Amino acid sequence: MEPFRTHTGIVAPLDRADIDTDQIIPKQFLKRIERAGYGQFLFNDWRYSENGSPRPDFALNRVEYAGASVLVTRRNFGCGSSREHAAWALLDYGFRAVLAPSFADIFQENADQNGIAAITLGADEIDVILVRAAERAPYELTVNLEARSVADGSDLTAAFEIDDFRRMCLMEGLDRIGLTLRYEDDISAYERAMAKALSPNSHNSDRAAPNQP
Amino acid sequence: MSNAGLEGSPRTLLDKVWESGLVRAGEGEPDLLYVHLHLVHEVTSPQAFEGLAAAGRSVRRPDLTIATVDHNVPTTDRALPVLDLVASRQMDTLRQNADRFGIRLLDVDDPRQGIVHVIGPELGLTRPGMVIVCGDSHTSTHGAFGALSFGIGTSEVEHVLATQCIPQRPPRSMEIRLEGVRPDSVTAKDLILSIIGRVGVSGAVGHVIEYTGPIIAALSMEERMTVCNMSIEAGARAGLIAPDDTTWEYLRGREMGPRDHELESLIPEWRQLATDEGATFDRSVVLDVSAFEPQVTWGTNPGMVVPISGSVPDFELIEDTDAREGARRALAYMDLEAGTPMEAISIDRVFIGSCTNGRVEDLREAAAILSGRRVHESVHAMVVPGSAAVKRQAEAEGLDQVFREAGFEWREAGCSMCLGMNPDTLDPGQRCASTSNRNFEGRQGKGGRTHLVGPAMAAAAAIAGHLTDPRNLSA
Repeated sequence: MEPFRTHTGIVAPLDRADIDTDQIIPKQFLKRIERAGYGQFLFNDWRYSENGSPRPDFALNRVEYAGASVLVTRRNFGCGSSREHAAWALLDYGFRAVLAPSFADIFQENADQNGIAAITLGADEIDVILVRAAERAPYELTVNLEARSVADGSDLTAAFEIDDFRRMCLMEGLDRIGLTLRYEDDISAYERAMAKALSPNSHNSDRAAPNQP
Repeated sequence: MSNAGLEGSPRTLLDKVWESGLVRAGEGEPDLLYVHLHLVHEVTSPQAFEGLAAAGRSVRRPDLTIATVDHNVPTTDRALPVLDLVASRQMDTLRQNADRFGIRLLDVDDPRQGIVHVIGPELGLTRPGMVIVCGDSHTSTHGAFGALSFGIGTSEVEHVLATQCIPQRPPRSMEIRLEGVRPDSVTAKDLILSIIGRVGVSGAVGHVIEYTGPIIAALSMEERMTVCNMSIEAGARAGLIAPDDTTWEYLRGREMGPRDHELESLIPEWRQLATDEGATFDRSVVLDVSAFEPQVTWGTNPGMVVPISGSVPDFELIEDTDAREGARRALAYMDLEAGTPMEAISIDRVFIGSCTNGRVEDLREAAAILSGRRVHESVHAMVVPGSAAVKRQAEAEGLDQVFREAGFEWREAGCSMCLGMNPDTLDPGQRCASTSNRNFEGRQGKGGRTHLVGPAMAAAAAIAGHLTDPRNLSA
């Protein structure tokens, strides 16, 4: 995972609330077994018409948002399905940060796991950024995790709060599994203490006298 | 969790399950929870196994991990080859991974195959007090047993495969207490749709909901699963219901569940899981269900819902800007006009199934309406049982005959048209009364329009050819 400390990029506005992961990446693209290559399918049904041509009114198809790497949107972004393909598609398309008044829990975790900064700002700040992204395009923002701020280099600076651990993992690009494996002794101790509850009837063990279905 | 860590003070069900799963309390980092059951399916696992292999790691507890194929499987004749080669490769990948990492797979031809959230409970794998995860947001279903159960992404699936643990910040707790008298016509689906309509699709973000009160206590296990299943649609991390006598009775004699003598020794421990008198929640919502009615969605998220006796709402009257804009877009997508009575909306398709409403009680509810009646000539209707076991049970009761005689297609088990990853999809513009859980744009097929309903209303709509109150057609 690529560390995220500070990033400056063009802002693409998606002025909608409750964007679900079915919109971010529709289900027909979840059958692949690879982790890469999902950017072409990002927002597929909004981006392309029935015959496959780009819809000119959709933000990502507009020339002024070409190369955008910061997405700004409204509340509850990423609700619905747990598909991490949503985060993979955003990252593969080129987005490094998403700004919104709130995020769905599983999406936020998936973003964290992939080094995408899902940053919560106030609804008023999002209002301003959405307007500027539309009126001043190409509009650039710097997302600075070190300083916990979003700024446009002129008069907009917005501070944000972020959990220290999340911030550290993003900034260092840490392998979460490696972090947990530091606690191998604790995990083994838990398993010993819970051995009776975890093993005697577990479904993968041989069973002398199975229950009747 | 406002009561965590206070020794001797009253605790919630969430506090108790959290503490019993706690491997290590985090200091400046998340707590580490042990995962007692990890459910795996074909769609969200290939990249997790790939990562595991690339790092030279193994599955820590294959004995606490179980896999099935559900999302992609065709629901037609299982003897036929899978024509979608990409889907076929994904299922084969799960077979290879299960073999390589020593995980039991309930494959497409296994008599125990089915939707992962249907088979966990029916096999007796889901038990009170557990921490359960799966790379699927409807893992919240298992909360019906008082197990803390939540959906995770693929990176977290890999994490759990490797460590059998999941790092988690303690969530906030939210009580939703249902009171009053539940009208006979109000199903479990109507309860949860009514709740989501009031709480909103982001109303419970960051929270674990515990459903409490006499209405909940009186529900069967299958009804409780329907309620907990859709907790995620209110944004909740998970839904919980305290285990009780109904829970133990359900667990008795399950194939992979506790044996009878073991169950007797577990019940006293499980009784302790109930929220203590005087424990506090971070939020509490009390709803009187006495005036609740059968529900149907009109829009493109599950919170856009009205009673079947109501009309398509006028978005101009919605105060909140985001909600108004969302409603305006939803009506355009759904091709509906404000003020149209819900009962005047014609439908093309009916889908009965899913992890929300694909269990045998759901099929009984629909069959009771269908018995002796015929599906409307303009409607294509199908039933997809939630599991092979549900299908067998329904057939033993003759429900399949009721469905077939009414003109429904009787299919094999899987997720099917709940998300349309397999060939079961809506065509563009088609309108469907569906017992599934999400009415998002394109969810059941690009351009398809979904109205979420309970099984009785789905059956009633199939007969009438339009959305209708099942009370008009009671058996």
